[in-house]
Amino acid sequence: MEAGSFTATTSGGRSSLERSSRSRALDPLLRWVLTGLAALILLLIAFFFIRLFIEAKPAFDKFGYVGFVFDNNWDVSKEIFGAWPLVVGTLITSAIALVIGVPVAISTALYVSELCPMRVRQPLTVLIELLAAVPSVVYGLWGIFVLAPKLQPAEQWFSDRFSFLPLIGGPVSIPNCFIAGLIMAIMILPIVSSISREVMATVPAQDKEAALALGATRWEMIRMAVLPYSRAGISGAAMLGLGRAIGETIAVTIVIGNAPNVPQSIFSQGYTLAAVIANEFNEAASDPTHRAALIAAGLVLFVLTLLVNAIARYYVNRASRGKRTVPTGMAG
Amino acid sequence: MTTLAPVSARRRTVDRVSRGITLALTAVAVLPLAFILYYLIKEGIGAWSVDFFTTDPTGRFLGDPGGIKSAIIGTILMVALASAIAIPFGIGVALYLVEYGKGSRFANLVRYFVDVMTGVPSVVFGLFVYIVLVVTKIGGTFAGWKGSVALALLMLPVVTRTAEVVLNLVPDSLREAALALGAPRWRVVFRIVLPTALPGLVTGSLLAVARAAGETAPLLFTAAFVFGTQFDLSQRMNSLPLQIFNDVGQAQDRLVQRAWGAALTLVVLVLLLSLAARLVQRRSRLA
Repeated sequence: MEAGSFTATTSGGRSSLERSSRSRALDPLLRWVLTGLAALILLLIAFFFIRLFIEAKPAFDKFGYVGFVFDNNWDVSKEIFGAWPLVVGTLITSAIALVIGVPVAISTALYVSELCPMRVRQPLTVLIELLAAVPSVVYGLWGIFVLAPKLQPAEQWFSDRFSFLPLIGGPVSIPNCFIAGLIMAIMILPIVSSISREVMATVPAQDKEAALALGATRWEMIRMAVLPYSRAGISGAAMLGLGRAIGETIAVTIVIGNAPNVPQSIFSQGYTLAAVIANEFNEAASDPTHRAALIAAGLVLFVLTLLVNAIARYYVNRASRGKRTVPTGMAG
Repeated sequence: MTTLAPVSARRRTVDRVSRGITLALTAVAVLPLAFILYYLIKEGIGAWSVDFFTTDPTGRFLGDPGGIKSAIIGTILMVALASAIAIPFGIGVALYLVEYGKGSRFANLVRYFVDVMTGVPSVVFGLFVYIVLVVTKIGGTFAGWKGSVALALLMLPVVTRTAEVVLNLVPDSLREAALALGAPRWRVVFRIVLPTALPGLVTGSLLAVARAAGETAPLLFTAAFVFGTQFDLSQRMNSLPLQIFNDVGQAQDRLVQRAWGAALTLVVLVLLLSLAARLVQRRSRLA
């Protein structure tokens, strides 16, 4: 090409450097297709919500919004659907999961990111992530046939000794709320731990080094530099765990006993919103009211997890702003 | 010369005890995995045999309960179709977020909702597909492809978020170099960005596949349950998680043993996928 040929035209009349019309058309096309896909996600979620609401409407019409959630009477044979026992079951099991799971998860995150020798850091992370790879139904199988029978004597002992505490005491059934909570605790451990680790990784090295330089021990450094800085993010991680626990279905359905009563103690059988859907779905297929009630339970679950997750994401995103690492916790 | 006061005994004890506690709790965290794997192998290996993998469950109340062939085939087919839907879709959304929507309000909104979507319980996805596709009787009632749609919805946010992270790692200098050479944007995306990010994209997708393979709840309402082997995705289809769930519910020793065998199969499958994901990740040249 000779000098100054930038404006040279070929015999066809267009610049030799100009793109073909096909090539030019592809650019906006790709842009709009991809934007369309992104918009589709938002539409999908909106459509989701609306369809669930329409299908659940008959149940809400019959029992009222407040009545459906707060009435303590779930009786399939009489076609009365007040979801309070399920809501209470969901709250109790999730609370147990958080009380057991979160401290363990945070300790693990601290140990892995601040204390452990470099060499074991990677293997330890992988081991904890593997907990997320075990399918829910396998946790259920293990829970009902191994964990629940093995723990029953210990639970009974605890129940007898500490019966003065609220929600403890009385006979221990093999499938019960505590076992469900314990299994949930194991299941939320990887996500809470990995997000806490991500958040702890954003603590500035200067803060930690400053603490150490001033003579702090390792633990004092953690307490004064790491924990205060990452508190918001860790709370967010715990809430993400809560969201997981609330929505956990199959494992819970297998180990909770599926009794639609407000549990008398944490060692009695219960039911959760998610479990009721999985468990009663078959019998409900032919009964419109029952089906609407189950879909309404699903809607309550959806709204609950949406709220919990929205708040959790707000905290986590604020804590790890600008630093987006691979969200391994989502691998679960 | 002044000497620094040594760390007092009390502070040292607190330090040691606290570190001990975190170590102990970390051990507690790893314990369940060991227990689960131990029981899976102990109870599951006994159920494994050639027949176990080559016969369908019979559903007979007495006698030979049969194997899990239909469940394995169903899981593979449904997860494959779900991946074919969710992976291109998810990577497409991630491309939008990274290449076109950077910093825009709309992109942030999409990103936020994708995050929120990861937290939606799988049972709700199942219910949704049930309402939209099964109740309306589009192409019959329960069908394998409807199960795939539910699984795809579940995989979508995982694929999108992992892909977004990987695409963000592709250095801008590469894009700028290609653009400066006169390449149109779409060529930059297909010839530069995607190939560079490929190992990471594969890793993210494999993790999503592993997650989908273990899901039970969405299939309960969409693909239903059937004993026989089914290759036609427009029919009811068996799957490993559902087979396990059903067998656990029966509480008969022979069926429970089959459940352990199927669970071991499922876990091996999922672990292989996760392992493959990690190996691919190692090949990535991106940080």
